[in-house]
Amino acid sequence: MNMLPENNWLLSVGTFLPMVGVVLMMLMPKAKDQSVKLVALFTSIATLAVGIYTAFKFDFDQAEKMQFVANENWISVIKSSYFIGVDGISLPLYLLSMVITLLVVIYSLDHVPSPGKPKAFFSLLLVLQTGMAGTFIAQDLILFFVFFELVLLPMFFMIGVWGGEQRQYASIKFFLYTMFGSALMLVAFLALFFKTGAESFSIPYLIENGGSIGKNIQIWIFAGMFVGFAVKVPMFPFHTWLPDAHTQAPTQGSVILAAILLKLGTYGFVRIALPILPDAAREWAPYIGGLAVIGIIYGALGCLAQTDMKRLIAFSSVAHMGFVMLGISTLTSFGINAAMFGMVAHGLITGMLFFVAGSVKERYHTLEISKLGGMLTQMPHLGWIFGFCAMASLGLPGLAGFWGEFPAILSAYSPAAGLNETVFRVFMVIAALGTVLAAAYLLWLYQRIAFGTPKNASHDGHSSHDELHDVTIYEWVAWTPLLIAILVLGIVPNLLFKVLDPAVQVTLSAFGG
Amino acid sequence: MLSGAELQILNVLAAQWVAPTIDYHGLAPELVLAGGLCLVLILDLFIDDRKKWLLSVISSFTLLAAMIPILTLALSDVQVRSMFDGRYVVDNFSLVMKGVFLLSGYVVVLLSSSHVEEGEYWRGEYWFLLLTSLLGMLMMTSSRDLVSIFVALEFLSIPAYMLAAWRKRDERSNEAGIKYFVLGVFASAVMLYGMSLLYGATNSTLLVDIAAKITVEGEFSAIHALAVVFVVVGFAFKVSAVPFHTWAPDTYEGAPTPVTAFLSVASKAAGFVALVVLIYTAFPLAQDVWQPFIWVLSALTMTAGNVLALKQHNIVRMIAYSSISQGGFVLMPLAVAGMPNSGDSALRSVVLYMIVYAATNLGVFAVILAVSRKTRSGEISSFGGLFSYAPALGVLMTLFMASLAGIPPLGGWIAKFVAFQSLLQSQTSWGYTLALVGAVNSVIAFGYYGNVMREIWMRPVPDGDTTLIKTPGSLAIALAITSAATLIFGVLPGVGLHFADLAEIAGAISR
Repeated sequence: MNMLPENNWLLSVGTFLPMVGVVLMMLMPKAKDQSVKLVALFTSIATLAVGIYTAFKFDFDQAEKMQFVANENWISVIKSSYFIGVDGISLPLYLLSMVITLLVVIYSLDHVPSPGKPKAFFSLLLVLQTGMAGTFIAQDLILFFVFFELVLLPMFFMIGVWGGEQRQYASIKFFLYTMFGSALMLVAFLALFFKTGAESFSIPYLIENGGSIGKNIQIWIFAGMFVGFAVKVPMFPFHTWLPDAHTQAPTQGSVILAAILLKLGTYGFVRIALPILPDAAREWAPYIGGLAVIGIIYGALGCLAQTDMKRLIAFSSVAHMGFVMLGISTLTSFGINAAMFGMVAHGLITGMLFFVAGSVKERYHTLEISKLGGMLTQMPHLGWIFGFCAMASLGLPGLAGFWGEFPAILSAYSPAAGLNETVFRVFMVIAALGTVLAAAYLLWLYQRIAFGTPKNASHDGHSSHDELHDVTIYEWVAWTPLLIAILVLGIVPNLLFKVLDPAVQVTLSAFGG
Repeated sequence: MLSGAELQILNVLAAQWVAPTIDYHGLAPELVLAGGLCLVLILDLFIDDRKKWLLSVISSFTLLAAMIPILTLALSDVQVRSMFDGRYVVDNFSLVMKGVFLLSGYVVVLLSSSHVEEGEYWRGEYWFLLLTSLLGMLMMTSSRDLVSIFVALEFLSIPAYMLAAWRKRDERSNEAGIKYFVLGVFASAVMLYGMSLLYGATNSTLLVDIAAKITVEGEFSAIHALAVVFVVVGFAFKVSAVPFHTWAPDTYEGAPTPVTAFLSVASKAAGFVALVVLIYTAFPLAQDVWQPFIWVLSALTMTAGNVLALKQHNIVRMIAYSSISQGGFVLMPLAVAGMPNSGDSALRSVVLYMIVYAATNLGVFAVILAVSRKTRSGEISSFGGLFSYAPALGVLMTLFMASLAGIPPLGGWIAKFVAFQSLLQSQTSWGYTLALVGAVNSVIAFGYYGNVMREIWMRPVPDGDTTLIKTPGSLAIALAITSAATLIFGVLPGVGLHFADLAEIAGAISR
C-alpha cells in the first residue's frame, strides 16, 4: 500500500491536543467553573482547527492512500509500533469526532448535567475525544486496541456519574459488555499476529499476509473480532446494553455514544476484519447480513413499543446500525460506501435527535411520550428542528439519512461474487420493510410529541408555560452545523462518496476487485 | 572416638576444602542491606523514644543505598557472577528482581512510616524485621541451589510471620500471624520433603545438576514426579495459589495494612522468583509434570480469586482475593513455559507482570492507608463519594483499579497482554484454552474493581462526613512514585518490557 508521509506530525497533534487541555485543567486546582469551560472550549476549537487543516492538506485525489503517515518505535519487544495515518475512510470519521466533541462542549457550556463538577466532566469529554480520534487513525492493531479501550472509562464515568436514575446499573452493563468483546478481540488480534509469522501488528502488513491463513483458522479469528466489534456496533443480539446506556447517559454522553462510539465497531469491520480476513468474511457475510436485518426489524419493533422518547431513539440506533451492517455484509464497494455514508449520517442525525431529547427533558422534566404534546405550539423552533431530524432519520430523500439507507438496501440486491444472491435478496426485502417501520415509529413519535395541544397539567407542579423557552443561543450554536451538514450531505452526497470510494475500493481489493 | 575409616574421610574432605572466592561486588547489595539492618537494630537500643523516627529514615536510605551496587553491577562488563560453585549467581534476572524488591521495599517504608509512628508499638523491631525479610528476598533471586533457596525462603518468611502479628494486643493481628505461620511452616515442610526426594533421586542440591538428571525422556520415575510436584506445591502456598490460598485473606485482613502491602507484593513476588528459577534451571526437562499442574493451578487461582473477590465488603479482603487472582495471571504463561516457542516470552511476561503489579498494588495500599486515616473503616463503602471531597485520591484509586483490571492505557494492560501473547505463542490447545479462561476472568475482575470506582464516583459520602483527608508527606511520595510508574508502564510499555526482557536467568536451558 502506498503511503504519503508528509506532515506526519499533524495527526498526532490533532489527537493528543485534547490531552493538553486535560493537563491544563488539572493544573488549575482552584479554578472557577468559568475558566474550566473556557479551557475546554478553546482546546476543542483548536483541535477542530487542526482537524480542518488536516482536511485542507489532505490530497483528495489520492484518497485511497494513507496520508500523514507516522511510524515510530513504540513497543519494539512485541513488534508493535506507533503507526498512524488517514485515508478516505478514516478522514470523515476523524473529523466527525472532532466536530461532535466541539459541539458537545458548546452545548455543555450551558448544560453541565447534575451533579455538576464541570472540571471532571470536561476532562472526561476531552479524554474521550483523544480515544475516538486515535482509534480512527491507528494503523497498528495494538495501538488501535489501546485507543479503542481508552474511550471505555470516560464513558463509564459519564454515564455513571452524570446519568439518570438507573445510571450505575447502566454504566456497569455498558462496561462489562464492551470489555467482554474487547477481551475476545484482543485474543483474536494475537492469534492473527502469530498466524502471520509473528512479524508485525501493522494493519497494512496484516492485510498483505492475512489472506494466507487457512480458512478454518480465519473463521475462528474472525469470530473473536466479530464479537468485539459487534458489541460496540451494537448488533443484535449484543445490543442489550445500548438502550440502558443511552437512556441513562446524560445528553452529551448519548450524543457522543450515538455519533462516534458506535462507529468504532463498524469502522473496525471495514478497516480490520474484512480486508485482513477475506475468506472468513465471505463465510461470515450471510450471518452478519442476517443479524443485521434482524436488528433492523427488531429495533423498529422495539421503537414502536417504547414509551420513553430517549429509549425510542436508542432503539432506532439499533435499526440504523443494522442498515450499516447490511451494507458491509454485501462485501461490495457499493454496500460499503453506503455503510460508511450511513455511519456519518447516523452520527449527525441521531446525535442531533439526542440533543433535542436532552432539551425536551430539560424543559418538560420528563421524556414520557404520553406526557408530552403540542411542542410546535409551545416551542416552534425546537419543534421544527425535531421534525427535520425525524425526517432525516427516517430516510427522506434530500437529507443525509437517505444516502446511508437506500444504497445499503440496494446493494443487497447483488452481493459480492460467491455470496448467495437469494439470501441477500430476501434480506433486501426485509430491510425495505424496515424503512416503512422506521417511517411509522418516527412519524408517530413526532405526531405525539409535536402535534396536539400541550399537556401542561401533567408536569408535576411546574407551571411550565413560563419556563418553556425556545431554542437558546448555546443550542443554536451547537446545532446549526449539524443541521447544515445533514442538509448539505443530503443534497450533495458526492462530497462524501468522493472521499470514501477510492479507499473503499482499496479495502475491497482483498476480495479480488 | 572416630574409627580409622571415618578419620580418613575427614582428612580427604579437609584437604579438598578451599575457601571459596567471594565476589564482594556481586554481594554488595546484600551486604549494604545487612549493614543497614544491623545499624537499625543497634541504634534502636540507644536512641531516645522521640527520635525513633530516625530509624525509618535510615531504613529507607539503606534500601536506596543498596540500589547503587545494583546499578554498578548492571553496568559492569561481567554479565554473570557465579559464586560457590554456581550455588549463588548474580545474573540479569536476579539484578532486575533485586531492583524490584528494593524499590517495593522503599515504597513499603514510605507507606509504613506514619502508620508505625502513630501505632505506639515496637518501631525499631518493625524496621529491622522488614529489612531482614527484604534481605531474604534479595538472596532468593540469586539462589541456585536447593539449600540456599530454602535458607532464603525461611529468611524472608520468618520476619514476615512476625510482622503479620506485629500488633501484639490486637486479636486479628495475632490470628493473622498464627495462620500465616502455621500454613507457612506446613508449606515449608512439604517443600522440604520434595527437596529431600530430589536430592535422593539426583544426588545433588545444585539446580543445574538436578536439571541434567530429571528429564522426561531419560530415566524418569514416580519419585521424580513427586519431588517436582511437592516443591511446586510448597511455592504455590507462598504465592497463595488456589487451593493453597486459604491463609491469605485472613492474614491480609488482620495484619497491619503496610505489612499487608508488603506481603501481597514483595513476599508474593519472592515466591514467584523461586518458582521461576526452579522451573527454568532445575526442571526444564520435566515440563510434562509441572506444565499441566501449573495450568490447573493458574486457571483455578484466577477464577476462584475473582469469584470470591466479588462478594467482599472489606476493601483489604477484596484486595487479598484480587491479589490471589492476579497471581493466577502471573502463573498463566508458566503453564506453557516448557513449550518450544514460548519459554523466553513466558519468563519475560512473569517478570513484567511482577514489576507492574508491584507498582499498582502498592499504590492501592497507599490510597487505602490515606483514606482509612479519615474514615477509620475497612469497608468498601467507606470510599463512597471520595471523588467529591478528595478528588486527587479518587482519581488515583481509579487509575490503580483500572490498571489492575487491565484497561489501557495503564500498566496492567501490557502485563496482561504479554501474558496472553506468551500463551498464544505456544500455539497449543493448552495455551489457547488458558488464554480464553484468562480473557473471561479479566472481564469478571472488572466486577469488583468497577465496584470500587463506582463507590468513589457515584455513591454518596457515608454519614455526609467530607472533612479533608490529610495525606502525610511520605504517603504522598509513595502515591507519586506508584502512580507515575503505573502510567508510564502503560503508555510507554517499552520501559517495563525493557527490564523484563533483560531478565535472563543464567544457566537456564533455553529452547
